[in-house]
Amino acid sequence: MTIRKNYDVVVVGSGPGGLAAAIAAKKNGAQDVLVIERDVEPGGILLQCIHNGFGVEIFKQDLPGPSYAQRFINEALEVGVEFLLDSMVLEITRDHRVTIASKRYGIVTIQAKAVVLAMGCRERTRAQVRLPGTRPAGVFTAGTAQRWVNVEGYMPGKNFVILGSGDIGMIMARRLTFEGAKVERVLEVMPYLSGLTRNYVQCLLDYGIELQLMHTVKNIIGKKRVEAIEAVAVDEKWNPIPGTEEVIPCDTLLLSVGLIPENELSRQAGVLIDPVTAGPFVDDTFQTNIPGIFSAGNVVHVYDLVDWVTEAGLTAGKAAARLISGAEPGHSKTIPVRAGENVRYVVPHTLNPDHLAEGDIRVQMRVRAPIEAPVWVEARAGERMLTRKGEPYARPGEMVTLTLKSALLDELKAAEELTIAIVRR
Amino acid sequence: MATIEEKLICVTCPKGCTLMVTREGKTVLSVENGCKRGHEYARQELTDPRRMVASSVKIKGGIHPLMPVYTSAPFPKPRIPELLAVLRKVELQAPVSLDHVVMTDVLGSGIDIKASREMRKI
Repeated sequence: MTIRKNYDVVVVGSGPGGLAAAIAAKKNGAQDVLVIERDVEPGGILLQCIHNGFGVEIFKQDLPGPSYAQRFINEALEVGVEFLLDSMVLEITRDHRVTIASKRYGIVTIQAKAVVLAMGCRERTRAQVRLPGTRPAGVFTAGTAQRWVNVEGYMPGKNFVILGSGDIGMIMARRLTFEGAKVERVLEVMPYLSGLTRNYVQCLLDYGIELQLMHTVKNIIGKKRVEAIEAVAVDEKWNPIPGTEEVIPCDTLLLSVGLIPENELSRQAGVLIDPVTAGPFVDDTFQTNIPGIFSAGNVVHVYDLVDWVTEAGLTAGKAAARLISGAEPGHSKTIPVRAGENVRYVVPHTLNPDHLAEGDIRVQMRVRAPIEAPVWVEARAGERMLTRKGEPYARPGEMVTLTLKSALLDELKAAEELTIAIVRR
Repeated sequence: MATIEEKLICVTCPKGCTLMVTREGKTVLSVENGCKRGHEYARQELTDPRRMVASSVKIKGGIHPLMPVYTSAPFPKPRIPELLAVLRKVELQAPVSLDHVVMTDVLGSGIDIKASREMRKI
């Protein structure tokens, strides 16, 4: 392939969000669509997620991560999306100039009519959770270990303690057990699971791996290599409870302590970032504050299902294609979507009521703290209830979705703002 | 036989519903909460628990040394260690296409082992 100076849509990242965005852009009339990927092959983190559980919503199938990615890679190639692999985007400007460092082409700058940011997220590291102790080898993030074990063929240790009950941590606990390692313990500082309940069942319970809630790592012990960790129980404010310390011998500590949207490039471009989600402020088409710069997937907020990432990518890609075709005015009138009672954040941050004429709009949120009782998820304009749906419970580890139906068009057009709340039934 | 009521967390889909199962031995009398698939899961789980299994096998000549593989259907849970021991001995040669059948009827289970991705030859 030769690299051109101009593209209709440039997508940064070839994970599920980027692939979906590129496919949708192409299908909706964009001519030249380029996906830039820093790895040597497209697919993103799905390639190392070899476990099943992907695609239940979209394919009605239970697929492993690589299979899910492969389907979209194939579709992207079929519709004529171009890929620039082994290439790192260095800078994006607000007028859509994208500078890339590529092994094959050197440093090049291309001009896009629209850009879709799909850089995904990064794992929180030891420094970001400030774990005390020495600094031996053997402290890794769960995703790094996942890449080694599933793609590169290295086992990072024999006896593991995992800090954090995020999905990647629990899935790695099972995976490492499959490969002959012993997972001594999973520690979670919160009083509840941070990943999906089903992963607790099929990754920990199935293999007799012990989970301790309200526990954390007090100390990492070892000089050259981790020799043990000291676990401790904590109170509601995460203060260690004296006398509850336990030394657990192990050679490796994995961290599964949260994911942060990766927005270095977005910030450089002038994209405004929501401090709560750590992702861009977006409208219902995932357009950022900068016209023509869209974002899709975990770069916006961290999802727990890949199917939602794909949906977001499809929405962003379609909107990017429509924008450059002139079918959509740059920035039209939008109303703010606010997080009401018990809602930590809601995406999108604004929406254009006119878009309801073309189809439903999905709003997605996370609850602040667990509500283990039936709830209403409701959308209100001022005092007026527009729509609501019931859920048996609301948990921070599981994203909540509310669909605004097209029938709400007139009511939303008359609204000044929308408030999304989760209340007990 | 005494009637037992217990909670069972469904792993069929990401919702992870808590099913309330009333049973007599291994006979399910009723299931509350969850959908149709959840009720089926409860029956299956009490009589013959199964899981989808994903792991990797060695591959030569591809861009990576490992090929991710998965079971074509949920596999009997008690036999998973046996299955993993079998997979450890497999070695493939690139190129391999997506959903290539690596093993048929593994351990007489009627279940196949399939490739989770394509692996081109380098």
